[in-house]
Amino acid sequence: MSNTRFKWDKKGRRRIGISYAYLAPTLILMVILLMVPIIMVIRYSFFDNVIVNKNPVFVGLQNYKTVLTDKKFWEAVGHTLYFVIVSIIAHMIIGMAFALVLNTRYLSSTTKGIFRVLFALPWMFTASVIAILWRMLLDPNGVLNFFIQALHLSKQQVLFLASRDVALRSVTLINIWSGYPFYMISILAGLQGVSTDIYEASALDGANSVQTFLHVTIPSIKPILISLIMLDFVWTLQQFALIWMTTGGGPVNATETVSTYIYKYAFTKYQYSIASTGAVILLIVCTIIGIFYVKRQIAEE
Amino acid sequence: MVGRKKVSGKIIVLIILIIGTIWAGFPIFWMIDNSFKPNAEIFAKPPIWFSKSFNFEAYAKIFQNPTEIRFFLNSYLVTACVVVLTLVIGLLAAYSFSRFDFPGKKVINTIIVAVQAVPPITLLIPYLSLIVAIKLYNTLFALILTYLVTTLPYCILMMTGYFNTIPKSLDEAVKIDGGSTWTALWKILVPTAVPGMVSVGMYTFMNAWNEYLFALALTKTNDMRTVPVGINLLMGQHAYEWNQMMAMSVLGSLPVLVLFLIFQKYFIAGMTAGAVKN
Repeated sequence: MSNTRFKWDKKGRRRIGISYAYLAPTLILMVILLMVPIIMVIRYSFFDNVIVNKNPVFVGLQNYKTVLTDKKFWEAVGHTLYFVIVSIIAHMIIGMAFALVLNTRYLSSTTKGIFRVLFALPWMFTASVIAILWRMLLDPNGVLNFFIQALHLSKQQVLFLASRDVALRSVTLINIWSGYPFYMISILAGLQGVSTDIYEASALDGANSVQTFLHVTIPSIKPILISLIMLDFVWTLQQFALIWMTTGGGPVNATETVSTYIYKYAFTKYQYSIASTGAVILLIVCTIIGIFYVKRQIAEE
Repeated sequence: MVGRKKVSGKIIVLIILIIGTIWAGFPIFWMIDNSFKPNAEIFAKPPIWFSKSFNFEAYAKIFQNPTEIRFFLNSYLVTACVVVLTLVIGLLAAYSFSRFDFPGKKVINTIIVAVQAVPPITLLIPYLSLIVAIKLYNTLFALILTYLVTTLPYCILMMTGYFNTIPKSLDEAVKIDGGSTWTALWKILVPTAVPGMVSVGMYTFMNAWNEYLFALALTKTNDMRTVPVGINLLMGQHAYEWNQMMAMSVLGSLPVLVLFLIFQKYFIAGMTAGAVKN
């Protein structure tokens, strides 16, 4: 689309008017519920005691100083990074493995259909169902602990969600379970778009399956993989519900992530200024990733 | 050589299928299984896979509890409104993007793509004062409005893409017959775009039905709670009656699961559109 020279005559103005009329409901919503709130939250981050105090005082960058020198904030950042990176890697491996299996010629299309539905199921559940289900599975007296002891993997009960050493890993495991189907389905859609000619050519060249995978499959679905990683990064970075309902950030902050850190400051400590500052920092990180994502999307078009 | 390779390939596929079935299926089986057990059997050792006292008591208790029924009514109401409003508002915007050129189009389009990266928790803090200020705190209307912000961008992008595949000559024909752009949209574009609308509708339904953070923070009393928040509230109120919580989880997941099983193709198309182009 070249930078269109708009005809500002009567007919042209009317057409522009019509196009904005169709957009009006969206624009009104976006301004009131998106632009205004973002400006508000940025403003909050420069004031002291917002919402609670009727006349908040401007404090400049003081809140940013407080947050960025808070040891707990950096711990939360560390937990978040662990949570995000491990989730993404596991999502990718599991999603890829299942997608490849569902794309082999060994299975009939009915079998593929059944397993595709079965493997996609975890994606359908709401976070509170996943949280309660896994709290039951990971309970000290739960079924997973039964197997661990039956197989003599550990002498004591594993306190998956109550021990500081394993809680973060447990929460990450739950997130891996609930998130991999998105990769599986997307990769599968990508694989089905790769023409069989390329595979045949690769087979003629005498490439084995590992070589074909690395040199044919991966490059042809690379754009999908990059999009998946970016989307997942932003989503997992913002993950709140799952952590909140399994550990609440505990035990003793062991699973505190940036989202639970912000939520606690806002809704249990009522320090909205600090919460807003954290929220703005999170927004900046997400926007940076968002910009890369938008650039890629536009470049592909 | 080739034969042996084929056999080992088949074995790997079989192993992954078995592991995958346990990994994806076991937690779901355990949820359903436990919803039919007496509470005492849930943490039995060794685990009781198929209870001799299989019963529907947990479900009966939920259907007798007006608070829990209210969670479902609220969720259905909010979700239905969000799906309808998202589609209507989204279709209008998509039509504008697909068929018109206007100043600021590129900027608005970029903003709509970028909105999807804005963390809900960042919006939540200002929403709290905004929603209180317009007197919508603790109403379902607050949820409907705020969910639209997250569901609309996806709908607009998907439907713009869909409309772009419909030849412009079709709406030109309407114009020649003396019809307006409004007739072209509803008589030509919308009927042709039904499959795309179903995909978007599914995805919107799933997101609205499953939303937790806004529902938790923008409502306060039990009569305004939705299923995801309600399920978690049960955790405290029922003092660990796991069979009831599992029954509630099954019931709370059914609408999305049923839609998924019936409209699988559309569902998957909607789900993958973000990452997969064309």
